[in-house]
Amino acid sequence: MLNASLKELSALLAAKKVSSVELTQTFLKRIDELNPSLNAFITLDADKSLAQAHAADERIAAGKAELLTGIPFAQKDIFCAKDWLSTCGSKMLANFSAPYDAHVIEQFNRAGAVNLGKTNMDEFAMGSSNETSFFGKVKNPWDVSRVPGGSSGGSAAAVAARLCPAATGTDTGGSIRQPAALVGITGLKPTYGTVSRYGMIAFASSLDQAGPMARSAEDCALMMNVMAGFDSRDSTSLEREKEDYTRDLNQPLRGLKIGLPKEYFAEGLSADVACAVDAALAEYRKLGAETVEISLPNTRLSIPVYYVLAPAEASSNLARYDGVRYGYRAPEYGDLTDMYQKTRAQGFGAEVKRRIMIGTYVLSAGYYDAYYIQAQKLRRLIAQDFEAAFKQCDVIMGPTAPTTAFKLGEKSDDPVSMYLSDIYTIAVNLAGLPGMSVPCGFGENGLPVGLQIVGNYFAEARMLNVAHQYQLATDWHLRLPPLSGEE
Amino acid sequence: MSLTLDDVKRIAHLARIEVSESEAETYLAQLSSIFGLVEEMQAVDTRGIEPMAHAQDVVLRLREDVVSEANRRDAYQAVAPQVEAGLYLVPKVIE
Repeated sequence: MLNASLKELSALLAAKKVSSVELTQTFLKRIDELNPSLNAFITLDADKSLAQAHAADERIAAGKAELLTGIPFAQKDIFCAKDWLSTCGSKMLANFSAPYDAHVIEQFNRAGAVNLGKTNMDEFAMGSSNETSFFGKVKNPWDVSRVPGGSSGGSAAAVAARLCPAATGTDTGGSIRQPAALVGITGLKPTYGTVSRYGMIAFASSLDQAGPMARSAEDCALMMNVMAGFDSRDSTSLEREKEDYTRDLNQPLRGLKIGLPKEYFAEGLSADVACAVDAALAEYRKLGAETVEISLPNTRLSIPVYYVLAPAEASSNLARYDGVRYGYRAPEYGDLTDMYQKTRAQGFGAEVKRRIMIGTYVLSAGYYDAYYIQAQKLRRLIAQDFEAAFKQCDVIMGPTAPTTAFKLGEKSDDPVSMYLSDIYTIAVNLAGLPGMSVPCGFGENGLPVGLQIVGNYFAEARMLNVAHQYQLATDWHLRLPPLSGEE
Repeated sequence: MSLTLDDVKRIAHLARIEVSESEAETYLAQLSSIFGLVEEMQAVDTRGIEPMAHAQDVVLRLREDVVSEANRRDAYQAVAPQVEAGLYLVPKVIE
């Protein structure tokens, strides 16, 4: 049952072979056993989860179940969930019990899904290794001396070790795709504006986007059917017709044109990752696809552009943590300014403070044009690179990350080297395009490698089809880490 | 461009984050290396390129000017550090 797909779990529930309560208890027990070595969860509340499971069982008995009714999902702790602690991995919100549900949480509740718990993450989603959480590092289930990636590392580790059937994540510069790659699961960052950001604690609002993290592309498609959709409470939510993300899963890939950006296969890509990605591309050719070399000439600039724009937006978004309306307040202070300064110095961790300071600087008088506006202009060039590329191909493929999972502590004292590990993912956020990571083999030391699939705007159904057909032909996505206790 | 210790202290003040002398030294080193990375941007000629603020070319929706939120003051103030009689308490700002 641990490796069952969402569809299979749904069928078991519908046939009354298992109840939602039993299913929820099974996963809670696994979390009990394995979470101490992974630290994938920040908050668990068995009573709340089981109450939802009971309600789901009643709904199933009444014949009113939807596909995901009764299935437990782990929720990244960036989503506000009513009466659950919603910490965003920060001391600043360590005691913050959300007074309302995020849109994503509402959608899962409406579908009758069970909230299994809130997953660990880099503080305010700022990090690529899950080492910046106030609640401690998350470990990679393939090797607990290594990082699971970030910032959705708790969700990634939980899905990989099958502590939950699937989880949610958010992706501002690669925070769904990079951890998915590093732990060997499937993750999708949708087109910007597809999933409402209401109740999703803001980091960089022009880049943040929520998406599914699951064992397969098919599971991601089923979750997208629940998560996506217009919501008037997010001013950037796009008014589009509801779509069925599973509709193209079974289309053959014959004639698919895959663009391979030469910049993604250049210096800096480690040989074991290149080897696994090449093998995946060979599999795609076998499935009838053809590959064509393309160029995304401004790839290198995406890192400096991102590390100006994201901190700029963060410095503005995180100004709200002032110790007045919610969250942490320093125990001792003098005047109002002193209260702000001490509250923020004590409530934020080092990486968050670094980024707030970068953002404050690039937005300050005298530097705004040289940094912030220049970065926005380059952002357009980066988006135009993709526009030109999609005239030559249907999807773009390459590695998700330049290496497999690195060691805990390896990059935590060197922000620049950490930032460079996002080289293949952040341009996609800058352009607002959808991107996926799909397990495609193993590198040195038996660590998972992820294949990145980038599609044109709103091409999620096609990308899920491209990933699903590969997963029908391969079994990388079904391999379980040693820590899961199953072979 | 090279940052100075005074720049770091000024930025920290603008961001309302208290930093000690030794923290300021650490930030100086880290922010300098990050800005070293960011300097690469300056080499590109971007004259005539429209800045891109947002991933989609959409305009903000307008709605009727009517009340859309219920009054949930108690629930929202329950999570505040210090409230009294429906008011948020902060240190005295006017003598």
